[in-house]
Amino acid sequence: MTTTTSVLGGAIRRREDPALIQGEGRYVDDIKLSGTVHAAFVRSPYAHARIASIDTLRAEEMEGVHAVYVAEDVRHLGPVLAQVPVGKLRPLLADGMASHVGESVAMVVADSRALADDAAEAVDVDYEPLPAVVDLKQAASDKVKVHDELDSNIILTWECGPWGNEEGIAQTKEEIAQAKQRDDVVVVSQEMINQRLIPTAIEPRAVLADWNRGYQRFEVYSSTQVPHALAGAIAKTFGLASNSVRVLAPEVGGGFGAKLNIYNDEVLVAFAAQQLGRPVKYTEERRESPNSTIQGRGWVGTATVTGTRDGEVLGYELHALCDMGAYTQNFTVAIPFLGVFVGSGQYKFPIHMKLDCVTTHTMTTDAYRGAGRPEAIYYLERILDEYAAAIGMDPADVRRRNYIPASEFPGATAPVGFAVDTGDYEKNLDAALKHFGWDALLQERDLAREEGRNVGVGLTSYVEVCGFGPSALADLGFSWSEYGLPSSFNGSGLVRVNPDGSVTTIIGTGPTGQGHETTWAQIVSRQLGIDEEKIRVRHGDTAESPMGIGTFGSRSAAVDGPATHQAALEVKAKAAKIAAHLLEAAEEDIRFENGQAHVAGSPDRSLSWEELAKAAYQPHLLPEGLAGGLEAHSVFSPANATWPFGTHIAMVEVDTDTGDVDLLRYLAMDDCGTVINPMIVDGQIHGGLAQGIGQALFEDAIYDGDGNLLTGSLVDYPLPTATDLPTFELARTVTPTDINPLGVKGIGEAGTIGSAQTIVNAVVDALRALGVKHIDMPLRPKRVWQAIQAAQNGSDS
Amino acid sequence: MFPRKFDYVAPSSIDEAVAALSDSEFAKVMAGGMSLIPMMKLRLLSPETVVDIGRIPGLDEIRDEGDYVSIGALVRHAQTAASNLPQALVDAASWTGDVQVRNRGTTCGAAAHSDIAADQTAAVLALGATMIAQGPNGTREIPSSEFFVDAMTSALEPDEILTEIRIPKIGGATAYDKLGRRGGHTDYAVAGAAAWVQKDNGSISGCRVALTGVGTNATLAEGVAEALVGTDGSEQAVKEAAERATDGVTVLEDLYGSEEYKAHLAKVFTRRALTQALSFL
Repeated sequence: MTTTTSVLGGAIRRREDPALIQGEGRYVDDIKLSGTVHAAFVRSPYAHARIASIDTLRAEEMEGVHAVYVAEDVRHLGPVLAQVPVGKLRPLLADGMASHVGESVAMVVADSRALADDAAEAVDVDYEPLPAVVDLKQAASDKVKVHDELDSNIILTWECGPWGNEEGIAQTKEEIAQAKQRDDVVVVSQEMINQRLIPTAIEPRAVLADWNRGYQRFEVYSSTQVPHALAGAIAKTFGLASNSVRVLAPEVGGGFGAKLNIYNDEVLVAFAAQQLGRPVKYTEERRESPNSTIQGRGWVGTATVTGTRDGEVLGYELHALCDMGAYTQNFTVAIPFLGVFVGSGQYKFPIHMKLDCVTTHTMTTDAYRGAGRPEAIYYLERILDEYAAAIGMDPADVRRRNYIPASEFPGATAPVGFAVDTGDYEKNLDAALKHFGWDALLQERDLAREEGRNVGVGLTSYVEVCGFGPSALADLGFSWSEYGLPSSFNGSGLVRVNPDGSVTTIIGTGPTGQGHETTWAQIVSRQLGIDEEKIRVRHGDTAESPMGIGTFGSRSAAVDGPATHQAALEVKAKAAKIAAHLLEAAEEDIRFENGQAHVAGSPDRSLSWEELAKAAYQPHLLPEGLAGGLEAHSVFSPANATWPFGTHIAMVEVDTDTGDVDLLRYLAMDDCGTVINPMIVDGQIHGGLAQGIGQALFEDAIYDGDGNLLTGSLVDYPLPTATDLPTFELARTVTPTDINPLGVKGIGEAGTIGSAQTIVNAVVDALRALGVKHIDMPLRPKRVWQAIQAAQNGSDS
Repeated sequence: MFPRKFDYVAPSSIDEAVAALSDSEFAKVMAGGMSLIPMMKLRLLSPETVVDIGRIPGLDEIRDEGDYVSIGALVRHAQTAASNLPQALVDAASWTGDVQVRNRGTTCGAAAHSDIAADQTAAVLALGATMIAQGPNGTREIPSSEFFVDAMTSALEPDEILTEIRIPKIGGATAYDKLGRRGGHTDYAVAGAAAWVQKDNGSISGCRVALTGVGTNATLAEGVAEALVGTDGSEQAVKEAAERATDGVTVLEDLYGSEEYKAHLAKVFTRRALTQALSFL
């Protein structure tokens, strides 16, 4: 059950770490090109204001200032496309109207960043403030329009049960309505907030663009998750062929989905570089990041369970308003749709889900670790616990009762209408209950309560969808195809055995901290039998890497991994041909073992990879018709996404005097299919849990009624630190996927998707005896205390 | 962001530093820089001159001076946390910021900066410390009870430097407890209380309680001392005294708590700090 080694490799140390830990990693801001000038942005202090005039003269006259650009200078270039272009796309610079605090109004370029900041302060913008719409319900009522040109603030509605089938949806609604009429059912309903979060990578975004007038080409360094997409976007924007734009994503210090956008500043910096004939750099400041990089989550919804008194759920409904912010960016409106994918979790019961995408005068939301899936699973797993409490049933039993049975896999169709690759939910639950000692935990809780301690436990199931790569996704019409990208998100990998027997692997995807250089070396090493130390993995340079996309949606191992695996197999097949020729044996008799090729039954008749590689680059030594070189490039397009799952358990203690929540234990039984490197998988779960627990306990992007972000600095936006978290107790079941040859599913987001509701369930369990039924996240002490007061005073918590 | 332009001076004596302060229209003293530099980078504060006292010798010591212990202007939080100063101050210093902040930031700097949610301000106040300020007209003593004036405002004149905090050796026992913004003792205080108590012949002969995080600045909870002195210091007496924690204290709401909640926490931590201090006697 607990995997300590893997069929693919082992817990080898991350090859990235010596550089990263010793400060040898090179990030965009570390890259210096001679003659570089620096950009800063003038940002709107108003959430909604007409821009009457912009006076740039004083800034332009400052010594060392090269240019000040406003909307009319760049209008012809924009806007950057969004994958699903509904709502209002973000203008490159605010064009007559500012629609959220922090929106870029003008760009200043100067000799230094400090000077650019000074000059930005000298730009005089005349704003005429207008009423701002911040509250989701108010926005959805359409009393005040966010953008005059839109018909409604609700820019799109996702509905499912099952998705895309209107007849099916109507039927499900009818089924649930009928269930509610039955005498033997309970209906449990709760409005809940899944609050806005600010993705906070250690490295803020940064971009450095250089235009070579002689060669008529761009070289752009960016802290991005999607270098190929950025190259395509810049090429299209400036009317160039995509091979005239080289994007390099060097070390990227965290992304979490927030760098999965093509940002206006990336295009604007390229524009300025072309205009000025100088490299231009922009590094986002920590303080501007919350309003210049996308935020995540931001749902207000009501979840309802209708079920029998013995635990059979007859219907689940979720109606939510999802905050899109002021402008639609890359995946903005697609994020709730990812919630639709997993809306019914691990369960087989009728579901009706209606998610309204609402625009407001706030920063845009988009993908943040989990992206739609943590929100959807939060509502489902929170309300299931309230249902379990209402009927007095163990939370584990309620879940077990409603799982999609293992017999329906592979390819079970979830009630939301999507086929799920593989799953064995009961096995995973049982493993969690047994391995972590569920009964003993409950006993421990009850004993603590006898001592007067407010201890609670929470247990939840989750299912994730990830590994996006199916070609069919292209049918949804993602706009990246306009940037020359395969909008189906295929994976790609190239494996090249060099003449000295070392291996260069170049991948179309790239890491933002996930350890691809280690994992991909393991994938290739496993097939070729060449030591990982001899394999180097390259990524992030569109000039050398095969067409690819990037790391997001926990997709790289499941989509680009198999492509690289396939390329390694092709290299091995060619090496077998060469070996057969040189050893004068039949190709089918060639065996690869211990880093050598030998003839079956004659281990002495062997050639090392060094010898094979040397021969490969001397075509006269090769069999007739076989081209020189020893490399292969492969593309992998999976038939489906992958669907990891798991069971999470938390134990908490609440100080009812202060409302302080102490997370005592966190236990996770995940199933991400086959594991390549257990240590890296554990690390991904750790990071995911930290971010899920951060949402549950600390983080909150709070806007006031005028649209000012009150938590724009890390003083007021508390992030979890290592000292705030217990030692995570992790274990795994392994249910390989059948849609890729590696059996891997993906693990980048599972920790986040599984955790927030587990914490909240545990806290509510601790306080249920006091009358508390729900507390909205984050469970900061003041909220917990207020909920206890409200419950004890008899009002609804 | 980068700070606006400023002049930087690094004097080698307090006198030079005071002169530099007097010479400038708007100068700020920098010791550890843990609060000043972020404020300058956010352009919330743009001094004309930064006077870095970091190179002045002799300020980085905690010295026993007989009647009192002296904390020099360059004593870091980490030094205070590792010292044998009274427990309230030791704990307050050890729960300030994080390791990096504790290794650079100074106890005197935290007092001079007078953040509304600082830890050591409450401890200094409960301990009845004397603040030593040096300015162009020489040195003056400011009682800690008159030092913390308002949010980020101390009794120091713009051309004065807090060179020393003197902690009197008054016996008794002390404690500090708080709720941090990330729970437990982490981060700035949502609310916290420092307590000093003394007992003679079975009854409380001296008491001082100071609050932080609840108002604009660290404040003495005078009602508590009044209620507790003369009692036997029993659980009940402490509980009753703690109920008076916010008597005459202005409690303000912020992102971390409503007025009601903060007032409640002031009582909880007053009770906890007193209980702990009494347990040492």
